[in-house]
Amino acid sequence: MRGLLPIAVVVAALAAVPLVVQSNTTLNFLVVTLLIALAGQGWNILGGYGGQYSFGHAAFFGTGAYVTAILQVRYGVNAWLAFGAGIVIGAAVGGIIGALTFRAGLRGSYFALVSLAFAEVLRIVASVAPITGAGVGTLVKLDLRVEALQFQSRAAFFWVVLALVAISLLVAQRLERSRFGTWLIAVRENEDAAKALGVNATQVKLCAMMISAAITAAAGCFYTQYFLFVDSGIAFGTRMSIEALLTPIIGGAGTVFGPLLGALVVQAVGEGAKLVAGDAPGLSLIVYGCILILVIAFAPRGLIGLVETSRRRVARPAKREAAHG
Amino acid sequence: MSDRSLPFTRRKFLASSTLCAAASIAMPSILRAQEAGVKLGILHPVSGALSYSGTQGRLGATLAIEEINAAGGIKGLGKIDPMLGDALSTPEGGTAEVEKMNSAGVAAIIGGYASAVCLAVSQAAARYDLPYVVDVGVADAIVTRGLKNTFRFGPGFGVIAKTALDNLAEINNHAGKPAKTVMIVHEDSLFGSGLAKLLNTQLPQHGFEILETIPHPTPTRDFNNVVLKIKAQNPDLVIPANYYNEYVLLARTMQQQRVKPKGIYSVLGGAASSYKFVKEFPDAAKYIMDCNHWFDPGSPKALALKKKIEDKGQFYTYEVYMNYSCVMLVADALARAGAADRAKLAAALESSTFSGHVMPYGPTKFVNGQNQGAAPVNTQVLDNDIKVVLPANFAQAKPVFPIPA
Amino acid sequence: MFSPVILITAILNGLLTGAVYALVALGLTLIYGVLHIINFAHGALLSAALFAAFFAFHLLGLDPYLAALLLAPIFFGLGYAIQRLIIGPASHGDDRNMLLVTLGLSVVIENALLYAFRADTRTIDLPYAFQTIDLGFTFLPIPRLIGFCVVFAVALVLWAIMRRTDVGKAIRAVAKEKLGAQLAGIEVSHVYAVTFGLGTACVAIAACLLIPTFYVNPSVGEAFVLIAFTIVVLGGMGSVPGALVGGLVIGVVESLSGLFLGESLGQIGIFLIFIAVLLVRPTGLFGARA
Repeated sequence: MRGLLPIAVVVAALAAVPLVVQSNTTLNFLVVTLLIALAGQGWNILGGYGGQYSFGHAAFFGTGAYVTAILQVRYGVNAWLAFGAGIVIGAAVGGIIGALTFRAGLRGSYFALVSLAFAEVLRIVASVAPITGAGVGTLVKLDLRVEALQFQSRAAFFWVVLALVAISLLVAQRLERSRFGTWLIAVRENEDAAKALGVNATQVKLCAMMISAAITAAAGCFYTQYFLFVDSGIAFGTRMSIEALLTPIIGGAGTVFGPLLGALVVQAVGEGAKLVAGDAPGLSLIVYGCILILVIAFAPRGLIGLVETSRRRVARPAKREAAHG
Repeated sequence: MSDRSLPFTRRKFLASSTLCAAASIAMPSILRAQEAGVKLGILHPVSGALSYSGTQGRLGATLAIEEINAAGGIKGLGKIDPMLGDALSTPEGGTAEVEKMNSAGVAAIIGGYASAVCLAVSQAAARYDLPYVVDVGVADAIVTRGLKNTFRFGPGFGVIAKTALDNLAEINNHAGKPAKTVMIVHEDSLFGSGLAKLLNTQLPQHGFEILETIPHPTPTRDFNNVVLKIKAQNPDLVIPANYYNEYVLLARTMQQQRVKPKGIYSVLGGAASSYKFVKEFPDAAKYIMDCNHWFDPGSPKALALKKKIEDKGQFYTYEVYMNYSCVMLVADALARAGAADRAKLAAALESSTFSGHVMPYGPTKFVNGQNQGAAPVNTQVLDNDIKVVLPANFAQAKPVFPIPA
Repeated sequence: MFSPVILITAILNGLLTGAVYALVALGLTLIYGVLHIINFAHGALLSAALFAAFFAFHLLGLDPYLAALLLAPIFFGLGYAIQRLIIGPASHGDDRNMLLVTLGLSVVIENALLYAFRADTRTIDLPYAFQTIDLGFTFLPIPRLIGFCVVFAVALVLWAIMRRTDVGKAIRAVAKEKLGAQLAGIEVSHVYAVTFGLGTACVAIAACLLIPTFYVNPSVGEAFVLIAFTIVVLGGMGSVPGALVGGLVIGVVESLSGLFLGESLGQIGIFLIFIAVLLVRPTGLFGARA
């Protein structure tokens, strides 16, 4: 994708949606979708571009969510500041986990599992620590004012999360273009070769981890403001970790728009499955799981990968013709 | 299984119309009411971790709706058209369903079950001044946020803990105060922790000594260590507060390790007042006491409902009769409001003095959204059956305490 | 703080519980060691096996220990089919895709169980489920003791298969060097499927051992999955004795940390060990040096 134009077009198109769509059901659906897309974009930086598959991204999501909630509820901090703090502390947690794991040289499946373990440790601690309210969770007071980062209209929430998503798209795009991005992709393709060429792999991965953590933490902060309630299961549970990795992979890992596309598809499929299956317990999730398997089977590089493959197939015969004059 | 009585096509129509109508503006609910009866949102976590309770809740609600419709519907307004929603056992799931139900023009939403879901649902509904009647969710925060649309039919933590301890003191005093030391075993999420906190402050005030408070996660695979601690410290009373599976494991493990305290006094015990538990493990269940939601044993309506449920092969659990009662409450309020208008309905609920429910609460009276008469009752497993032992005006038997050796 | 009696009892409890964890982990370590995938579907398969054991008891009147003999081969076949027909083809040999496919599978299996059997918790009541051996200071439940012995027997059988049979040698060859094994004429997809089948059979036996003292519902397997992963990593990927020792160690750790830190916080002990092992000695206790 060249330049900033595609991002500007997509963001503008999305921004116009609440002006056309009045239905709160749809707006709510879109807000949740964008929230997941944001979390997924975070994962994408580390997993898609960096090739480090994290199974515990909920660690950052939950950190963002809890920090935002706790600062407001227990210390009376302004919501916007708390939001920012959530992102910063999320990045710091990413730095700590990254430092521990990358310095120890953990890669591949090992890295995936240890990230899962960290998320679980945080979950357990959050479920007993008094500061998080332990099992009871933390409830943020309903206070529909801009200063408290809460809005009466769903559209306002939509634009906030869209702004965050737009920033994350820009980050991914800048990353792709930068030298840092090249190093990161080199590490993904072949870490040992990259090291041999002088790339400081550990440093690069650590940096990517912190950016990744910051973005996913932002999604967590937004969750708190939108739903006003956090507990250890919501914050650090495996559900968010899975959503964060699912959406980029289905949309196209290592691409700018992959997570956004993936989130839209996954959420739409979920809703569609509920329609088809009615309200028998579990049936809609069965459909969801089957579709997941089918997508992997037939579009393993994600949907964007599918588009690119077919584009190449169309381009090839034309080239051959040109070559033969 | 429970909702096969409702026409599938209508459900599908409702679901697809709300989703496909991307630019739909919700029609004034009054117009809808005159055309197709009254729409009510019935929201429960029927899939996910809480699916058993959610399904039971839905069962109770739909049975009530069937009964009302069979008798001609709500006076002056016509039949109830239920819109069933699945909260997926998460706050997000609940919120999404509220949006759909609101767009479909429901007059009110009933259900929620889990406190976390109820908190999210009440807030989402408050944006549209959509009346929301909580079936079970016990967190006090549900009704203390000043939300004018939220009504809780059942009791909250505070009332439950107080009633439980007052009753415990009464039972203990009556038996000559054989119990002094206590150990609490609770599940570590919202309901268990909240309850444990209250018990910790109030038990000493009644003269009990807490030896230890043991939290455990849901799910817990094994209670051997917990029982080990109980055995080592030998409390007079064990107070469990957890969900069904863990309660059963705890009780069975205690039986296995021959741990026999003077009493097992549960507060919102997951299995202590469950017919399923009594049926499947009569020896482990004997003499267990519970302070929990329970129906009015003297109400013929309650007993008729019990028979209906058991004829369907289901167990008569609290989710069933509490949801049944909530639907009856809303139907009564709608009849008094005279229209399926949300503001009128909310006003009717606020002034409600409904006694056609099956709970031992007396007529309803809502103050700041909380039904004042709501309270748990004490039950005990006696003669392979669950009997109410306190309060005296609903009691079917006298409490047996301490547990006979 | 705690008397020696309590400590010893806690350790014994831990060993007994750990043995069953070990059996679940045995299946996982085989799959992990050979296919190099994190089998997310393991927990859902455990739930399915528990349901199978439940119905074997209720419909066929089979005692769970006998049902194991029936279910192990059935689940072997099931695992073989799943790997051969679903996971293998869908993932095009890519490790990461395999992860996602098993994830999708776990969602499908768990919810299929939910749809078919609802979420009611079921238990079976066996006459000997409550019988114990009186050790004076504690009672050891008989079903757990039986479970303990069976796990060792299964581990022994697995070890024998891996060391002595051709299939076992093929499995080890593919685990070590896939390309080389292929060149030597070993059909890799068949070996993968056999490994998956063996892993699933282990899970089926574990379910039969669990059911006398446990309960059955669609999401029960989830609780075991993370613990099983920890054991696999601790014991070393692909190592059968590793899974066994790892399981016992984790069982004891869980028991003791539950004792000292409380059941909720105590769970942390497992994950801290997990992280510590991964950071310090990722190949585990018995794993081959990578």
